[in-house]
Amino acid sequence: MTGRREIRVGLATCGIAAGAEPVLELLRAEVDTRGLNVVVKPVGCLGMCYNEPLVEVIERDGASTLYRRLDEAAVVRIVEEHLVGGAPVDELAVGDDPFFRDQVRIVLENCGVIDPESLEEYRACGGYDALQRALTEMSPEGVVEEITLSGLRGRGGGGFPTGKKWSLAAAESAPIKYMICNADEGDPGAFMDRSVLEGDPHRVLEGMAIAAYAIGASRGYVYVRAEYPLAIRRLDKAIAAARQAGLLGEKLFDTPFSFDVAIKEGAGAFVCGEETALIASIEGRRGAPRRRPPYPSESGLMGRPTVINNVETLANVPWILRHGADRFAGYGTEGSKGTKVFALAGKIERSGLIEIPMGMPIGDIVYKIGGGVRGGKRLKAVQMGGPSGGCIPASLADVPVDYESLKATGAIVGSGGMIVLDEDTCMVDVARFFLDFTQKESCGKCTFCRIGTKRMLEMLDRFRRGEGELEDIDRLIELGEMVKAHSLCGLGQTAPNPVLTTTRYFREEYEAHIRDGECQARVCRDLITFRINAETCRDCKLCVPQCPVGAIAQGAGAYQMIDEETCVRCGRCRDVCPFSAIDVVTGKVRA
Amino acid sequence: MDALSLSQVEGTAERKNLVPGSLSVIPLLQAVQERFGYISERQLEEVAEYTGVPVSTVYGVVTFYSQFRLRPPGRHLIRVCQGTACHVLGAGEVLATLQEELGICEGETTGDGLFTLESVRCLGCCSLAPAIMIDEATHGRVTREALPEILAPYRVGGGT
Repeated sequence: MTGRREIRVGLATCGIAAGAEPVLELLRAEVDTRGLNVVVKPVGCLGMCYNEPLVEVIERDGASTLYRRLDEAAVVRIVEEHLVGGAPVDELAVGDDPFFRDQVRIVLENCGVIDPESLEEYRACGGYDALQRALTEMSPEGVVEEITLSGLRGRGGGGFPTGKKWSLAAAESAPIKYMICNADEGDPGAFMDRSVLEGDPHRVLEGMAIAAYAIGASRGYVYVRAEYPLAIRRLDKAIAAARQAGLLGEKLFDTPFSFDVAIKEGAGAFVCGEETALIASIEGRRGAPRRRPPYPSESGLMGRPTVINNVETLANVPWILRHGADRFAGYGTEGSKGTKVFALAGKIERSGLIEIPMGMPIGDIVYKIGGGVRGGKRLKAVQMGGPSGGCIPASLADVPVDYESLKATGAIVGSGGMIVLDEDTCMVDVARFFLDFTQKESCGKCTFCRIGTKRMLEMLDRFRRGEGELEDIDRLIELGEMVKAHSLCGLGQTAPNPVLTTTRYFREEYEAHIRDGECQARVCRDLITFRINAETCRDCKLCVPQCPVGAIAQGAGAYQMIDEETCVRCGRCRDVCPFSAIDVVTGKVRA
Repeated sequence: MDALSLSQVEGTAERKNLVPGSLSVIPLLQAVQERFGYISERQLEEVAEYTGVPVSTVYGVVTFYSQFRLRPPGRHLIRVCQGTACHVLGAGEVLATLQEELGICEGETTGDGLFTLESVRCLGCCSLAPAIMIDEATHGRVTREALPEILAPYRVGGGT
């Protein structure tokens, strides 16, 4: 990697959506026509999504300049002034951004650095060295031992100790065993598995091969969401390249160990992230979970011992073997070792993909890395763990991010979605959003999950209309506890969490909805009214054509008026008003 | 679209190296839908016949997974992300505007067969919220005002 001048263009899904492809093409064309001695290559996600499209110029001595939010004109300037002229264009560069300062990159070490479609580049960074070492120098027990010592726990949400899982499957004597990588990243708000698969696919394959060796499996599947076409394409290429190079297939590294991998595309069912449902789906059935035990480590795919690990968990494995369990365990807390990747999004200044040592306080993530709440608004809560997780209020911002501390708040580490919510977010609406999700995704097998979530959803809908009675809040909580207790799988057992955490930390907001018909965040449409302030309105009529239902008409004087009956509360008039003359009122003052 | 003969499903299975058996049900359905845009009643029966799985079970699989379609979609598929980040940043308004613009509801296809509008759980582009996906292209930080411009190329040349 050293000694050559190269330009890295972030070409993950988000980079492409932000316009990175034309940037890459233009750079290639410019470098070509000018005959510059510089390598232009696509790389995976750098994590700095708020600055896409991103381009990094690496000089022969390793000096790096990161350019952000580029358009064609900016690319031409970089080519002329930096690549030809030799002077970095400071005003286009990211400069001293604190985004990376507190991060530790283990899982993401290659993302944004190597060309994900080049096996050569992965190998140049030490790729497949860990597999070679495991196969030629270590026993399967030794590998399990090393992973156990590292303290690695499942990164898909469960937090089960990985070494323990492997040792259970390794202890089974069966002629056929399976290794499955769970890439069915279904949590809304989580995209770390997609980024790893798009940015460093070989790392996941290497992790799978090592796991397979440790448990004695010779066949592997990657179960990946069909909604991730780019990840599937890159993974497919990586598998083909690894086979060609003898890194997958028969007798790897001249040992008796054989292992091959196939991709199974999911067909769109959130519940398939649950391991027994995932197995049912690979077997060609409806993705309904089954009762455990027996656990998959004993009887999994086609009744054979099976280990299912999440993408991020497996991406840690080669690093642990390369650098040793001690070094990995040096990061994090007593019970939660290593790092965790989070997808930071929502009402945050710098959204993106981050990797931090376990144990960092939530507030540090939001303010130091994320730059605080967007638009200088007040932090209200952080939603962690998606539909299975909960809303942690701003008052608990000093809670460290680790499995146990988060569980105590009622949320979970989960797969790593972290959505920042500000004062304009209604917590009843957020709870309803997640419950609507799990309610629709329930497979229908368990009565409490199927019907209980439906009844809960109906209660939340009543609250959003300002209906119901205060006692309903306790009924909602009681039903939520029952859904948790009487569901077979993780979906039902965690579906009430968003409701239970919001009723716990934001109960007064529920009460205001029911008692006063008031939505403080002014989100619930049945509880708000748009009114034009006759004093501040300058009668410019900009709002009139914006209204989709023609609800705005001339008032008695030089001002406009909204017909409250016709108004659909879309807010377009308010967005366009240059004088902030449109008030949104809620609660008793509406009457 | 005319119904297929079993040999065509078999041909699809062969190309994808799918052997008869329940393991092939989902990949085969996916291959059929990828090629024809949806799964017809006839094809459903053929998949059942080829795999040896009862047609009732295959139908159960098709209706369980949100990916499968039993009706032909429009030429371009618009998917509006309803993930968490998109939700709090205005995905509802994006969907409403698209429904207005196209004159159809979520799940429907325009009369000229050009667009099908669907909402999806999460596209995994949360940093670019609110996001939509048209065919395989993802568009981020979508605003109401930008939508006509985003749709224009698909309207003119029929898109890619």
